Amino acid sequence: MSERRKIEFDYSGVDTDRMRVNVGPQHPSTHGVLRLEVELEGEIVTEVVPHIGYLHRCFEKHAEAMTYPQVIPYIDRMDYISSMNNEWPYVIAIEEMCGIKVPEKVEYIRVICAELNRIANHQIAVATFGLDAGAFTPFLYLFRDREWILNLFERISGGRLLYNYFCVGGVRGDVYPTFKEDCLDIVRQVRATNKEIMDLLIYNHIFVERTANIGILPVDVAINYGCSGPVLRGSGFPYDLRRSEPYSIYDRFDFDVQVGKGEVGTVGDCWDRNIVRMREMEESCKIIEQAVAQMPDTGDVFEAIPKKIRVPKGEIYRAAENPKGELGFYIVSDGGQKPFRVRPRATSFINLSVLPEISKGYMLADLILILGSIDIVLGEVDR
Amino acid sequence: MEHNFIYNLINSDIVAIIAIILLPLIFVLIYALIAILGELKIASFVQERLGPMRTGPWGIIQPVAEVVKLIQKEDITPAAADKKLFNLAPYIMFVGAFAAFAVIPFGPAFVPADINLGLFYLFAVGAFAIIGIVMGGWASNNKYSLLGAMRSAAQIISYEIPAGVALLAIASLAGSLNLNEIIESQSGWFWNWYLFGGDGPIWKIFVIPFTLILFIIFLVSTLAETNRTPFDIPEGESEIVAGYHTEYSGIKFAMFFFAEYANMFVVSALITILFLGGWNSPFGDFMSGPIWGAFWFILKAFFFVFVQIWLRWTLPRLRVDQLMYMGWKVLVPFSFVCFFAIAFWAMVK
Repeated sequence: MSERRKIEFDYSGVDTDRMRVNVGPQHPSTHGVLRLEVELEGEIVTEVVPHIGYLHRCFEKHAEAMTYPQVIPYIDRMDYISSMNNEWPYVIAIEEMCGIKVPEKVEYIRVICAELNRIANHQIAVATFGLDAGAFTPFLYLFRDREWILNLFERISGGRLLYNYFCVGGVRGDVYPTFKEDCLDIVRQVRATNKEIMDLLIYNHIFVERTANIGILPVDVAINYGCSGPVLRGSGFPYDLRRSEPYSIYDRFDFDVQVGKGEVGTVGDCWDRNIVRMREMEESCKIIEQAVAQMPDTGDVFEAIPKKIRVPKGEIYRAAENPKGELGFYIVSDGGQKPFRVRPRATSFINLSVLPEISKGYMLADLILILGSIDIVLGEVDR
Repeated sequence: MEHNFIYNLINSDIVAIIAIILLPLIFVLIYALIAILGELKIASFVQERLGPMRTGPWGIIQPVAEVVKLIQKEDITPAAADKKLFNLAPYIMFVGAFAAFAVIPFGPAFVPADINLGLFYLFAVGAFAIIGIVMGGWASNNKYSLLGAMRSAAQIISYEIPAGVALLAIASLAGSLNLNEIIESQSGWFWNWYLFGGDGPIWKIFVIPFTLILFIIFLVSTLAETNRTPFDIPEGESEIVAGYHTEYSGIKFAMFFFAEYANMFVVSALITILFLGGWNSPFGDFMSGPIWGAFWFILKAFFFVFVQIWLRWTLPRLRVDQLMYMGWKVLVPFSFVCFFAIAFWAMVK
């Protein structure tokens, strides 16, 4: 069944009419308030036009009116599924401009939090992708496990979704005494569930049939559109900022950059993008284990936090590997307490732009899967 | 008439006929409540959660609450809908599901209508539901509903043919289209069921693989007939919102819902009749008789209702062209091979 995908049908001689359907902004599977204007020939998608902006909250304008630390809660709300990761490139950029060296313990806490949040993000991505394919049960299994991570974040930061935990020069609170054991517990649980998900969902024959050879994103197209993260790696290009331009302390850890290999279909299909996420969870588990082993028990996490942040005049771009791809902040400072301009390179927005290119010629049901495999968050698309 | 205990109990023909009509209806209503609770509880068992626990002990009154909720809801008819067809569709679907109960033999002593074309009738009214779906999908004046209706039309021609060929094969084995005769020809121990080639000499072991394959073909086709995962394509929730019943609410939605559950029982009953010996006890004369017959029949049918619920919460959904591919290129050829093998066996035995 898998070899034939793109549906070619000769419509000459048949009097047909194309139908324009609005998928969204209220739709079970647009993962937020995205509106896709879809033109259908029967059930075959001939044109997709994404309409965005339903969740636009003027992040960039807000940032101009806020002091540097006050911007961080707004950044949390961009990609609200992986807030910890979002904050990181911003604080790195400001620390670099101010010349702040953060303590060793803080670096480890940040790595562990970011990797746990990467797992949580990928759990949601795989879960909702399965839900788009009609599999309801794996969704709940993965959400059950995400709860462990959220509970841990709640204990260290007070928030379950929007943490506001990283701050310039450190983190907002020290970790609690049993933090390391809890991290290892989560790693154990994540591995156990992922094994189950592999059998139940990923290698399920129907799921493979649905996702293999669907929405093939060739690597040159992915690079031309500026895709990053699992979308680019799913196309077989091993680009991971943690490895290619190691920031923070990522050069100390041993992990692999997972790429799509086209195991069940073509390189760069929906299944590949999804399996990259599944395997990245395992890589994150490895990083967490190493970070927990190396993390110093003592140390003041607040020692490098400046009383007042005055960023010297200049501009900087710093990016970090978000679960969804490269998230960067371009910050221009005029030497005051408030940024002159903060411009994010929003991963989801750029990854979404490839959707019309790769979804033509597939069926409506495939379009939903392709959208799910790109894994967007509308908070980040619209900002 | 000799197959119905109510005629023996009640002297008046009219009262007896009314009782015979009402009895399956009452059964369906009670069954639907049990099936809804089963769906909720099996889903929550599969998903490692508790499910409804507040309404009544262990949540057993939850289905009643669901039905009451649906009845209380506002019954909305879209302004641009074709009102006549829109209002008619859920009833057609329900009639199709309930009409099947006219011939289902619950036991040796309860067959509402013992007609010679029972199997044919059951198959014909089973296809009735599609008319309701297409009607409702078209009349809603909603693009998602229309897509759902079209998918349903594409679906029926894919699964009805292998299902029909499977029925033919069993009819040729039994030599009858009368459901009661089909069941009676499978009496005795469970190896006389058509799942295991039916009654016959030891050489029937050559036909057992074919009947087993036929059973799987028929099971897959019936899953498609009830529009449930992995074949819930006409209502494919993640793509076309709720498919053909997107615009329905209140009591009309409840009718669709009810018809789906009734259909689940009908196809399970059909599998039971054709392959599992209907009301026959699996152990020969042990636990057989009119009341045990009803027990065995309902037990076997409920097992297949359980299988449908189980599959729904386990598998992802197929795409509409994959279902058609499977129907036409896999199930139809296999069902024909099985049919020829079984017909040859029926001829030589």
